[in-house]
Amino acid sequence: MRIVRAVNHYIVWCLFLSFAYGGLWNMPYEKGESATNTLFSTFSVAPKHLDPVRSYSANEWAIIGQIYEPPLQYNYVDRPYRLEPLTLMRMPEVTYLDENGTLCDENSTRVAYSRYHLQLRPDIRYQDHPAFVKHSDGTLYYGKLQPSLLSSISSVWDLPKRASREVRAEDYAYAIKRMAVRAYHSPVLDTMRPYIVGLDSFSKQISQIAQIKHQAHRPLDLRAYTIEGVKVTGKRSLEITIHGKYPQFLYWLAMNFFAPIPWEADLFYQQEGLRAKNISLDTSPVGSGPYYLALSDPNRKMILKRNRHFHTEYYPGMEKTELNRLPFIDRVVYTLEKESIPMWNKFLQGYYDASGISSEAFDQAVEIGSSGSMGLSDTMKRKGIRMIGSVEPSIFYMAFNMEDPVVGGYSESAKKLRQAISIVQDQEEYISIFMNERGVAAQGPIPPGIFGYVLGEAGTNRVVYDWVNGKRVRKSLAYAKRLLAEAGYPDGIDPQTKKRLKLYYDTTATGPDDRALMDWRRKQFAKLGIDLVIRATDYNRFQDKVRRGKVQIFSWGWNADYPDPENFLFLLYGGNAVVDTGGAGINSSNYKNPVFDRLFEEVKSMENTPQRAKKIVRMVHIAQEDAPWVWGVYPKSLVLVHHWFTQVLPHAMANNTLKYKCIDPKERVAKQQMWNQPVYLPLLIIGGAILLLGWWLYKLYEKRQRRTIRERR
Amino acid sequence: MFIYILRRILYAVPILIGVNLITFMLFFMVNSPDDMARVQLGAKQVTPQMIEAWKVERGYDKPLFYNAEASGVEKVTKTLFVQESSKLFRFDFGRSDANRDIKEDIKARMGPSLAIALPTFLIALVTNISLALLLVLFRGTVLDTTAMVIAVMIMSVSGLFYIIAGQVLFSKIWHWVPISGYAEGWEGIRFIILPVLIGVFSGLGSGVRWYRSIFLEQINQDYVRTARAKGLSEVRVLFSHVLKNGMLPILTGVVVIIPSLFMGSLIMESFFGIPGLGSYTIDAIHAQDFAIVKAMVFLGSVLYIVGLILTDISYTLFDPRVKL
Repeated sequence: MRIVRAVNHYIVWCLFLSFAYGGLWNMPYEKGESATNTLFSTFSVAPKHLDPVRSYSANEWAIIGQIYEPPLQYNYVDRPYRLEPLTLMRMPEVTYLDENGTLCDENSTRVAYSRYHLQLRPDIRYQDHPAFVKHSDGTLYYGKLQPSLLSSISSVWDLPKRASREVRAEDYAYAIKRMAVRAYHSPVLDTMRPYIVGLDSFSKQISQIAQIKHQAHRPLDLRAYTIEGVKVTGKRSLEITIHGKYPQFLYWLAMNFFAPIPWEADLFYQQEGLRAKNISLDTSPVGSGPYYLALSDPNRKMILKRNRHFHTEYYPGMEKTELNRLPFIDRVVYTLEKESIPMWNKFLQGYYDASGISSEAFDQAVEIGSSGSMGLSDTMKRKGIRMIGSVEPSIFYMAFNMEDPVVGGYSESAKKLRQAISIVQDQEEYISIFMNERGVAAQGPIPPGIFGYVLGEAGTNRVVYDWVNGKRVRKSLAYAKRLLAEAGYPDGIDPQTKKRLKLYYDTTATGPDDRALMDWRRKQFAKLGIDLVIRATDYNRFQDKVRRGKVQIFSWGWNADYPDPENFLFLLYGGNAVVDTGGAGINSSNYKNPVFDRLFEEVKSMENTPQRAKKIVRMVHIAQEDAPWVWGVYPKSLVLVHHWFTQVLPHAMANNTLKYKCIDPKERVAKQQMWNQPVYLPLLIIGGAILLLGWWLYKLYEKRQRRTIRERR
Repeated sequence: MFIYILRRILYAVPILIGVNLITFMLFFMVNSPDDMARVQLGAKQVTPQMIEAWKVERGYDKPLFYNAEASGVEKVTKTLFVQESSKLFRFDFGRSDANRDIKEDIKARMGPSLAIALPTFLIALVTNISLALLLVLFRGTVLDTTAMVIAVMIMSVSGLFYIIAGQVLFSKIWHWVPISGYAEGWEGIRFIILPVLIGVFSGLGSGVRWYRSIFLEQINQDYVRTARAKGLSEVRVLFSHVLKNGMLPILTGVVVIIPSLFMGSLIMESFFGIPGLGSYTIDAIHAQDFAIVKAMVFLGSVLYIVGLILTDISYTLFDPRVKL
């Protein structure tokens, strides 16, 4: 009887579970949440800084890109990448001035300053936020939070009153002033200091004031200070004056560093009580974008919700109707998933709408054809999953330290040594073995999609490849050996030691997983008879050695800030040599070629014209000939998306692309139901087995007790 | 007892200073403040000005143990070690190098860690003791031998295997529970079922074997024979007598763990998406966030010392012969 009752309870409990959460026991969301117009996504590293002046990581920009609105944005569909106004009426008008501040022609040699005129749209408003609530005298309602109120809140949304206001030109100026404060640690301050007029002196002055105010526990209100080159000329108009000509400045205006900051929010978040609760601009942004951050728990979940004050914007190239009005998705839930396995399985269950492809899941997701072409596996196709791939504006390369007495220098023999090494580094094999075909062998410093990249035969690195029957073919080992002999190392023998030439490769790859890669590296050098010694070290030591030029060969990478060749070519500009600049430069191979440097000076401030393209091609040829890098790989990114997640276009530059994407929640729910019905049979078997075991043990115990009694008799 | 506890607390002070000293030495042997600044600033081009500003703000511009530029006692007190250590002893953990309030973070993460660790600990304790008693009841039988073989097998497999296998079996194939995630309150129960189940199961082998050996030591004692001679059932003998007398060695191993439950489990929390303290220290080491590392090492040491004191106190509850 007791057993029957237990079985009944067990069945009732199973039925209860099956009805809770819409019949799906493994549903990781609240009941009905999946059926809403919500995108479910992930992040693998907790964002540390959401303050736009400080943030400089892709995982942080993925969130704040939807919240903040800099003046410009990238067009979502146009390729090559094209800037367009975001909060501006039109693209900034640029005027050129001479030393005396008189207007002059763009091409004049007298150009000393460029002035950018920004005209704001009148319909840009901030999200609702407690910082905007004010008393009748204009002071902040929540400007001095009392301890009693502070103790009852855990986020800004616990404060009952909220308000909004129009975005004004002074907010953009305020953001630039915040950038100047050293204590806010803006990563672009030192890049912008030489450009924005007066920023350098203002930064020194305001940083001292900020320090004094901080020590005195007083707030820093930046409205009282001005930067010479940043002038608010009206409620919605702003002028930024920069030194000389710097066309790339427009790209900076599309980054979050130049997003508006309302003074109210800055003063509101400076309250010590809020800081003690980890409530600050770093955790609770205030923007005018399509979404606002409704939940900020970087250790678990970040939730974005639609900003009801978001201005009118339509999907590019589509009719301006309500149907095409942005954003399409109401809510976004980002969940922290540190491990790739649970993340991948949840994607397959339909609980995440998109996923990258980890190395563990690659074979399950992708099939490589005999020609090396990549396609989705049948399992993925059956689920209606789509693959979206694109070559990233990035490069991973192996650099030679040009200051090194063996591999460095500009003599013919040194050049030939580097060229021979470049030929034997089989990048195609590397991409196949270590990157699951997710990359393209690089021909020079500029990746595809960036102005100056040349396709096909004309873009082939003639030092390493031949063009045969319409294809790139790596030069032969015999040719590389000949180059090596001409360099003074016949068969890899160093004439000074009469032994095999020994070269040193510095790396941070110290784990057991990296062993295969290091063996592969050694093998590539061994083809020439060169011994490669791996010097594995931790990241700090490695960086320090690179900064001091105490390395010989090492690997490095670069991800573009903006789609301009200058952002890649400056990695080889002599003025940026890391050793000469005391570690601050970006040219880690210390490459210095006077012709290359002169051409760089010319092209860096040129518009994208055929003349500029010609000069860039020449620069690339010089670099290919000098071979300061083994050009390595342009990585490819692959993203998988479910068929209910649409309008997903790869865009390596834009961070605010969420507003263009679409979800079909009905289809998602239908598939989740289909893929996740609980399997009852094992539950019944396990339950039955436990009951049976219990019954058997009971019987065994009873038998044992009885036997003891009989023996005693 | 009060005097005893006071004495133990006083003993703890030099231990904590020593732990702190080792933490400082080890950390700064591997990382310099400049390296830390570079990691925290996270920019592609970190200039010397940026590094200097960051160090001044965080106090890393001070010498570590000896300030040659100061005079008198300040040569020692105006150092990073003394200034930061004194804050720790006041339980003022300050702000992390990423500028978050550490105490607030610990408070927020402690709950989720406990949500997994406490049920796992309690269920494992009850299950392991019950199964161990069961095996003692059937000692020497096929059941006992089979169970011991299974226990060794369970012990031999990595905990990570149970996690991945559990996720695949219970969530991916049978669709019984969410594969990972966390929610507050009752809503969160379905998320903790699997990690708790796996936590209990993976510790079953070692736990049962350990408790079984403790109880087997007791089973041939004179008091057990006396209890049997009185005519008590075997179950009564085990639960009323053997269990009670076996509590002392059990307490030694168990009570000391209780305060550390707050610290969470790194792999379990990472795989199940539990926003606990398990990965807090490891993440901080990777991010070279010394403020968190020193706070967590200090807290861990304090909790361990508290655990030891609690163990001593618990002896007095179970063994009247022990006086503190």
